[in-house]
Amino acid sequence: MAKRPAFSQLCKAIEEGHFVFTGELEPKKILDLNEIFHSAKAMKETGRIVAANVTDGPQGDAYMSSLVPSYLIQEKVGIEAVWQVTVRDRNRVALFGDVVAGAVLGLKNILTLTGDHTALGDHKKGRAVYDIDSTQFCEMLSIMIDEGTDYEGNELEGGKIEMNFGCVANPNSNPREPEIIKVGRKVEQGVDFIQTQTAFDIDEAKNFLKELEQFNVPVLLGVFPLKSYGIAWYFDKFIPGVSVPKDLLKALKKAEKDNKGNKQGKYAALDKINIEFFNPFIEEIKKTTKAAGIHCMAVEYERLFEPLLKKYPKYV
Amino acid sequence: MIITQLKDIDEIYEMIKPYDKILIAGCDGCCQPPRSLNEAKTLGQLLELKARTESKDLKWRAITVLRQCDDRIAATTVKPHAENYDAILSLACGLGVVMLNKVIEDKLTFPAQDSHFGGVQNNGENNFIEYCEECGDCVIGETGGVCPRAGCAKHLSNGPCGGMVDGMCEVGGYTIPCAWVRIWQRLKAFNRLDLFKKYRPPRDYRTSTSPGYIPIYKEYGNEEEEEQKEEAKT
Repeated sequence: MAKRPAFSQLCKAIEEGHFVFTGELEPKKILDLNEIFHSAKAMKETGRIVAANVTDGPQGDAYMSSLVPSYLIQEKVGIEAVWQVTVRDRNRVALFGDVVAGAVLGLKNILTLTGDHTALGDHKKGRAVYDIDSTQFCEMLSIMIDEGTDYEGNELEGGKIEMNFGCVANPNSNPREPEIIKVGRKVEQGVDFIQTQTAFDIDEAKNFLKELEQFNVPVLLGVFPLKSYGIAWYFDKFIPGVSVPKDLLKALKKAEKDNKGNKQGKYAALDKINIEFFNPFIEEIKKTTKAAGIHCMAVEYERLFEPLLKKYPKYV
Repeated sequence: MIITQLKDIDEIYEMIKPYDKILIAGCDGCCQPPRSLNEAKTLGQLLELKARTESKDLKWRAITVLRQCDDRIAATTVKPHAENYDAILSLACGLGVVMLNKVIEDKLTFPAQDSHFGGVQNNGENNFIEYCEECGDCVIGETGGVCPRAGCAKHLSNGPCGGMVDGMCEVGGYTIPCAWVRIWQRLKAFNRLDLFKKYRPPRDYRTSTSPGYIPIYKEYGNEEEEEQKEEAKT
């Protein structure tokens, strides 16, 4: 298959050879999107975060759908969205409908995901859909974009959809081999980019990136700056397959304890720990691997962007 | 085996409450755990006790049959007994309950248990595990004998997903092995990773759309003859 054109700013920036950054926004059980806009604006102002992922019901919880916030951050803030779409809640008919609607709204990136099972979320009695899986969703998107039809070959009036799409890979996966083979199947189905789950172990991340090189698809390695000890602890304990290094956990706990009652001091101490950990981490990834960039999941942690990214040139 | 679980005794009692005399029919067929004569008798005693707490005198009789889902067996063994009773309580899987309702038209048959799945006892452990969901499109020839539909919470055709941690599934609190890791292990052991690498297109759900209906002649290859008959009719 001929390589698909870069329709999105994200794919264009990768094509131009920039070391790219993407951010992450999480619309939860909310009606008011002001905080999302605030975060999106902070990302845009860095001049280095080219697009923001908008999550689709993480951990299986019932949250605001990702479609509308994806559209609104593009319209109101002017930062491109990476619209996350899981196959957990929609069958192939609904997925087609949503993708076409997203295309009409001007969305340019989709991140395909299986989605955490409803059994993990806050509506445990619900029926999980999984009509098609995320690999099949990749095939469906390839057909929609490249052939201009639906999954069954029926023509879509008005031309082809101009979108790029990516998939996820998990550097923490154990065993690793079936994960790599699975990513290979998705690449076969035409993904334009890969964003990974968060990595904390630099050697493991580098090994993983090395293994993904065979697919010749741009990879953005996921990093997760830890805004507070509570978040780090929760992440370590409850997010599948991710463990936060013990030293990092200890340092965060100490920083919060030492600065009890002193908000500014606590923020400064936490930021310092994150910068000291992630700056060399990102630098090492940039210098020693073929990663196309970093997917920075600093959700609601805008103040870290400037110190974390200032050494990289602006390109947006 | 068809893996079943007895309903809560209060729920069963609520169903049979309007009746004075009930026939409790066990089934020697495929239910696991077994739901035969002994289980039918125990259930009768429990219901009788429950009725007494409400000062009600419940009459019951327990029987068992080879298979309730066989219409001839149901008609010749359960039906004659049912004559003297107001209602029937079945200890078969859902098939048996539906069959008794069909064969014994003048009485209602109630289910005493919930039917869960086609499965087996898990290697002598104290649990049952699903092996087959009767999807109408068997793929285990390509997956090392492990079913990715009955075995995977997300019914993936191209797993594993990101919910797999150390070979275990996110659903069930990482206590159940990931079906796709088992598939990978099996195919790797037989040097058949070519099958694991293969992309599998979406499933055709028409094979499992309810109500299931398959004309018997298709199975036995006299399709042409049957088609001719149909044509002659029209």
